[in-house]
Amino acid sequence: MNLTHLQRLESEAIHIMREVVAEAAKPVMLYSVGKDSAVMLHLARKAFYPAPPPFPMLHIASGWDFQDVLAHRDKTVKEYGLDLIVQHNQEAADSGVNPFDAGAGVYSQMMLIDPLKQALTEHGFDAAFGGGRRDEEKSRAKERIFSFRSASHRWDPKNQRPELWKLYNMRKAKEESIRVFPLSNWTELDIWQYIHLEKIDIVPLYYSSRRPTVERDGLLIVADDKRFRFEEGEQPVEKIVRFRTLGCYPLTGAVESDAETLPEIIKEMLLATTSERQGRAVDHDLTASMEKKKQEGYF
Amino acid sequence: MDIPQVIYKTEALIAEDIDAYLEAHQHKSMLRFITCGSVDDGKSTLIGRLLYDSQMIFEDQLEALEADSKKVGTQGQEIDFALLVDGLAAEREQGITIDVAYRFFATEKRKFIVADTPGHEQYTRNMVTGASTADLAVILIDARLGILTQTRRHSYLANLIGIKNIVLAVNKMDLAGYDQGIFDQIVSDYSAFADEIGIESFVAIPISGLAGDNITNRSDNMPWYDGPTLVQHLEDVEVSVTANQSKPFRMPVQWVNRPNLDFRGFSGQISAGIVKPGDAIRVLPSGKTSRIRKIVTMDGNLDQAVAGQSVTLTFDEEIDCSRGDVIVTADDPPQVADQFESTIVWMDEDELLPGRSYWMKIGTQMVSASIQSPKYQININNLAQLATKTLNLNDIGVAELSTDRPIVFESYTDSRDLGGYILIDKMTNRTVAAGTLHFALRRSQNVHWQDVDIDRAAHAQQKGQAPKIVWFTGLSGSGKSTIANMVEKRLFALGKHSFLLDGDNVRHGLNKDLGFTDADRVENIRRIGEVAKLMTDAGLIVLTAFISPFRAERDLVRSMVGPDEFVEIFVDTPLAVAEERDVKGLYKKARAGELKNFTGIDSDYEVPKNPEMRIDTTNLSPEEAAELIVDTIVGSWSYTI
Repeated sequence: MNLTHLQRLESEAIHIMREVVAEAAKPVMLYSVGKDSAVMLHLARKAFYPAPPPFPMLHIASGWDFQDVLAHRDKTVKEYGLDLIVQHNQEAADSGVNPFDAGAGVYSQMMLIDPLKQALTEHGFDAAFGGGRRDEEKSRAKERIFSFRSASHRWDPKNQRPELWKLYNMRKAKEESIRVFPLSNWTELDIWQYIHLEKIDIVPLYYSSRRPTVERDGLLIVADDKRFRFEEGEQPVEKIVRFRTLGCYPLTGAVESDAETLPEIIKEMLLATTSERQGRAVDHDLTASMEKKKQEGYF
Repeated sequence: MDIPQVIYKTEALIAEDIDAYLEAHQHKSMLRFITCGSVDDGKSTLIGRLLYDSQMIFEDQLEALEADSKKVGTQGQEIDFALLVDGLAAEREQGITIDVAYRFFATEKRKFIVADTPGHEQYTRNMVTGASTADLAVILIDARLGILTQTRRHSYLANLIGIKNIVLAVNKMDLAGYDQGIFDQIVSDYSAFADEIGIESFVAIPISGLAGDNITNRSDNMPWYDGPTLVQHLEDVEVSVTANQSKPFRMPVQWVNRPNLDFRGFSGQISAGIVKPGDAIRVLPSGKTSRIRKIVTMDGNLDQAVAGQSVTLTFDEEIDCSRGDVIVTADDPPQVADQFESTIVWMDEDELLPGRSYWMKIGTQMVSASIQSPKYQININNLAQLATKTLNLNDIGVAELSTDRPIVFESYTDSRDLGGYILIDKMTNRTVAAGTLHFALRRSQNVHWQDVDIDRAAHAQQKGQAPKIVWFTGLSGSGKSTIANMVEKRLFALGKHSFLLDGDNVRHGLNKDLGFTDADRVENIRRIGEVAKLMTDAGLIVLTAFISPFRAERDLVRSMVGPDEFVEIFVDTPLAVAEERDVKGLYKKARAGELKNFTGIDSDYEVPKNPEMRIDTTNLSPEEAAELIVDTIVGSWSYTI
């Protein structure tokens, strides 16, 4: 019997998740509600079936999350009886940090990176699953599946462990923690194909629909709720758009598209001419490399 | 730019009938391979070409590539494919460890994962890491240069790690005039070498990564070659995960799934064979047998599962089974042993310390293991066997290895999962080595403990005491021997049977062959531990007074006896105080450089993390310390066993 590439990737991811649960003291799964998270959750349910995933889901809510994302999160949590932790930097939000004034770099540091580190420290999680893939960016191609962080959540690229066969060395000092990427060997096409085959429910924003948009710095931004701040002379324009990736709505660019079904999305992706991360303002604003961001604790 | 025809076909299918495309893509298999060669061989160009031909490059990346090619490329106004995968120089400047980079592409038949191991430095470590998950190795040769030392090195390592599919890609044929004679000569030279190192078969393909000859499309420049193109071969070769299905069933248990009292399943990834409900199985190392009741997955129970799949199994009859056990077919089980011959690839800056106890992870088993002095080291450039006492970073050697309890294993040539292991330093937690098991040593299977009638309990009972190892550790001059001596006098006065091991009675006899290097210190403590253990078997309370600077060795001795039988006493004297006392004048000599490897001066002392007792000699006199030690722990000794 020949295993298909998706069956092998699925088996590998399940093997990784089980290793973590067997060896880590307190694991957690980062749950951004996006398509990669949807696949991660699906795999976790498979890995431990008939038991529920034996760890909580951690959502870092920036406060500027798409309404559809929050609705989808709550629906999913209810449907599968998940243990959800929502972390939000209320202090920064109260002091007025927002994506319009702060600039993408400062904003993502305060509303995404800091609360993530804070949550990991507060709950004492020693292993955190993330949905990162090696095909996302040149610098990720050499990322380990198990990536170690110091007590202050810094990544030390000089001190990475070799990963041989499927033997993962999870031993670490008390305050250290591990980021684990079970989807390391998946490509964007694999993710979409798996969602299609396994009929995984994803946030409706991935499908095209008529939405109010404005154009800024070459990004097509959707005005998701009343807090959206229009600049002078800006008028929302209704366009048929969808998202290839989901971040905070004032920072994530939509694409004009007619793709209303998964096969259409996959078709569009396959014929696309720009790589996935182009839609994220955070990448444009931070000229620093992914390494820098990872060293600071970004996934 | 000539874009190969296959891509037009794929693109047309995607555009016209996405459902048909998805249906086809869904049935693709996967091949993992490694490319071996340096930038000079055109490795990056080849990988860049594979990515480009399979259209894994987006327009924005292509624009950047075109710009970079003009700016820093080596191909004039043409696209420099190498820039797609390189950028390694910059990474090296940032000090990032790059052992392996993984790249992805797909053709109409298969998805591919390429392990790309850069550079000359750290080559062994990198290549072994990349090869450990590969089904196939592409060994690149520059047609103009033929077989070089590095070709031998790459081939040796690929074979060592058990890669059965070897492709000899004779590259840069465009620069060699597409000459058949050159190609044939290289193939014949390589055949002779392959025989020598035990490579059973290989496929040679004349290519040009730069010009695209015989990569995806058949080359018009080499009509004399009638074999497959590189991509055709990669698409058709059998992958090991399929080959493993014909072997006897094995599944290392990762996790016991017990959501409620009614369900008890054993989760793991099948490493070999096929399993069906009703199959008779055995759980190793216990050897207990049962039958498979169900193969449970979220998609429903399966009629069968094969090597490579992650599943959860339930048994007909409940028997003990936990993480680290291996579920195997009942009538063809693997061996269980605790001493082996093994090939070891050392991967850490700190050298191998023979005798030291390391964590060993093999399958899902985690045990303590120690390595003897290597029988020999292998020079991977000419395959000569060299005598050595240890292994350094990137060294490969053959040595005997013993584990603290029997493990389930197979020879690496039969099973990567049950024959490949990593070693982890107990102190730094770094992965220090990877190894492959060859076979169990006969003595491991044939030396059985002689049952004796007067056992250790009888010895202890006769003496009316519970045997112990009281382990004093601390800097030279901290007061260990003085205090231990006083403790023994008190024990003697209480009618206890004891013995004091110290530098004088051990270093002059049993260990007089050992010096003060790290490796010798490890062996010194190991022998003392074994002797102390024998004395506890005889019912004695053993006092030891050695600097014993390394935590790993103290923990090794601790693990030799029962949990309550090892009492670690940290004689805590600050270095300045010990140096000030300098009873034997040793510190003065060490400071003057006359004594090498002196603990505290030019050799580390690792402070105990959780000693049973800590004696602060700046606060307590030796008499007070001895009294405290005896009072505190004699209570537990006075009552027998």
